[in-house]
Amino acid sequence: MPHYSLAVIAAGLSEPSSTRMLADRLAEGTAKALESKGHTVTVKVVELREFAADIANVMVTQVETDAVKQAVADVTGADGIIAVSPTFTMSYSGLFKSFIDIIDNDALVNIPVLLGATGGSIRHSMVLDTAMRPLFAYLKGHVIPTGVYAASEDWGNDSGLQSRVDRAGAELADTMILMPHQRKSDPFDPTGSDFESFETLLGS
Amino acid sequence: MSSMQFGIFSVSDITTDPTTGKTPTENDRIKAATAMALKAEEVGLDVFAIGEHHNPPFFSSSPTTTLAYIAAQTEKLILSTATTLITTNDPVKIAEDYAMLQHLSDGRMDLTLGRGNTGPVYPWFGYDIRDGISLAVDHYALLRELWDKEVVNWTGKHRSPLTGFTSTPAPLDGIAPFVWHGSIRSPQIAEQAAYYGDGFLHNNIFWNPEHTAQMIQLYRKRFAHYGHGEPEQAIVGLGGQAFMAETEAEAKKLFRPYFDKAPVYGNGPSLEDFSTLTPLTVGTPEMVIERTLGFQKWAGDYQRQMFLMDHAGLPLEMVLDQIEMLGKEVVPVLRQEFDRMRAPGVPDAPTHAARVEAKQAESTRAGEQQVRDDVDTGAAISRQNGE
Repeated sequence: MPHYSLAVIAAGLSEPSSTRMLADRLAEGTAKALESKGHTVTVKVVELREFAADIANVMVTQVETDAVKQAVADVTGADGIIAVSPTFTMSYSGLFKSFIDIIDNDALVNIPVLLGATGGSIRHSMVLDTAMRPLFAYLKGHVIPTGVYAASEDWGNDSGLQSRVDRAGAELADTMILMPHQRKSDPFDPTGSDFESFETLLGS
Repeated sequence: MSSMQFGIFSVSDITTDPTTGKTPTENDRIKAATAMALKAEEVGLDVFAIGEHHNPPFFSSSPTTTLAYIAAQTEKLILSTATTLITTNDPVKIAEDYAMLQHLSDGRMDLTLGRGNTGPVYPWFGYDIRDGISLAVDHYALLRELWDKEVVNWTGKHRSPLTGFTSTPAPLDGIAPFVWHGSIRSPQIAEQAAYYGDGFLHNNIFWNPEHTAQMIQLYRKRFAHYGHGEPEQAIVGLGGQAFMAETEAEAKKLFRPYFDKAPVYGNGPSLEDFSTLTPLTVGTPEMVIERTLGFQKWAGDYQRQMFLMDHAGLPLEMVLDQIEMLGKEVVPVLRQEFDRMRAPGVPDAPTHAARVEAKQAESTRAGEQQVRDDVDTGAAISRQNGE
């Protein structure tokens, strides 16, 4: 049975954060769904607050630290992505967007993506579909239909959060299995299918 | 000249000196470029290169004018660019301008081609940045024809067609200026340099060795693939950045205010982090020697090492001191040590004289004169008219 890698982007600002709590639950739900079908899975969590200043430095100076390089490699090389942001001022957080902005525009093409967001009240739950979904549509990720929003009250009441997490996890697992990430070959490998030889460049 | 060439390059920025608040005028900086080049020759450096920009705060829009002026006042220095925009310039004008420079400098020149990453420059010259790679490929294919053929008939994707065109002056001694292709992260340009058997220069001043090595290895591999020799025989150049003083503490103290406000990386990573992540070395000449010699481990034996010395508002006197230290204390040791490490069979850095000699030897072997003769334009036109 194939092995899957799952990258979890968590853009929460505090430690611990409800964003990270939701991200972990979604990762667990997805991993369980994959494992129930006999697959193995590796989960890599990219906690943006740990290298927030590095992300800002890439934006203004283009210099990448090892932490940035590792995080981008983990996300772009994954079979599936769980992206979770807190809701700030009607949208994903600036830190979340900054991290997405330092990833090449075509690096997430065809990767299955599960969206999650957190906020103080359920009034902001549209952020999933009005802000996050268009962003990943632009990047041409395979965004699964179910997104999961968790408001503060979801952590106390029996609001059905777990059933939403389970459904989303199962959808992401199914998408990862049915539409595997077609990785681009290494652009520096002349034998790779995506390498542009000079004859191709001259003819194009 | 030894097997490697060492030099300085200027990005030609006009930046306020953060320690005095003084901003040099365009005229100050234009004159400073010549002063730096003359200093470079005086202290035994091999190359001076200057960039091409078409927007403030940069002053160098017309590198060949500056370089010809310097050539007239120097005897040994090789004049080069950092870079010449192959995308937005008309390749015909590049062919003409650099052939003029080649004649005026008696062959003491070459050029580094780059695409340019300032978006608005493309529309200002009638192009689109999204065509960057395509422009570089198409324009360079034409530039090669203009230098290598007497009469050019051309149809390409971007420039208007040419019929029966002869670029003047013809290259000196029938040998086109040596071309380096510069690129930071586009494998297509490493591939282009390899295809033509030209040089590849990676200005790695903002990059870690792993990334730079990846670009150079691709170029070397493909240089061999296209039949120009072994991978070790490809012609590689690197960038570098240093600020020196007698002690590391003194160097850091002097350079830090400039680093912290530098146009590109200022207000970003700390001087210490940047020194780890990139080739920047702020310290003693010995530290610069050790760091630079280390480049050979991941780049292989290479031909040209350039240093950035005059940016971020550093005053001219300080820059001239830096060039003096580089020429007198650093480069002599680098020459000796790089030569000692050098594997047999690795080509020397390209010079016009050596390339003329090589071409003549090749022609003698082939039993015929293969170099393009200096074209008499009148004769070329007559030939073309079938007279």
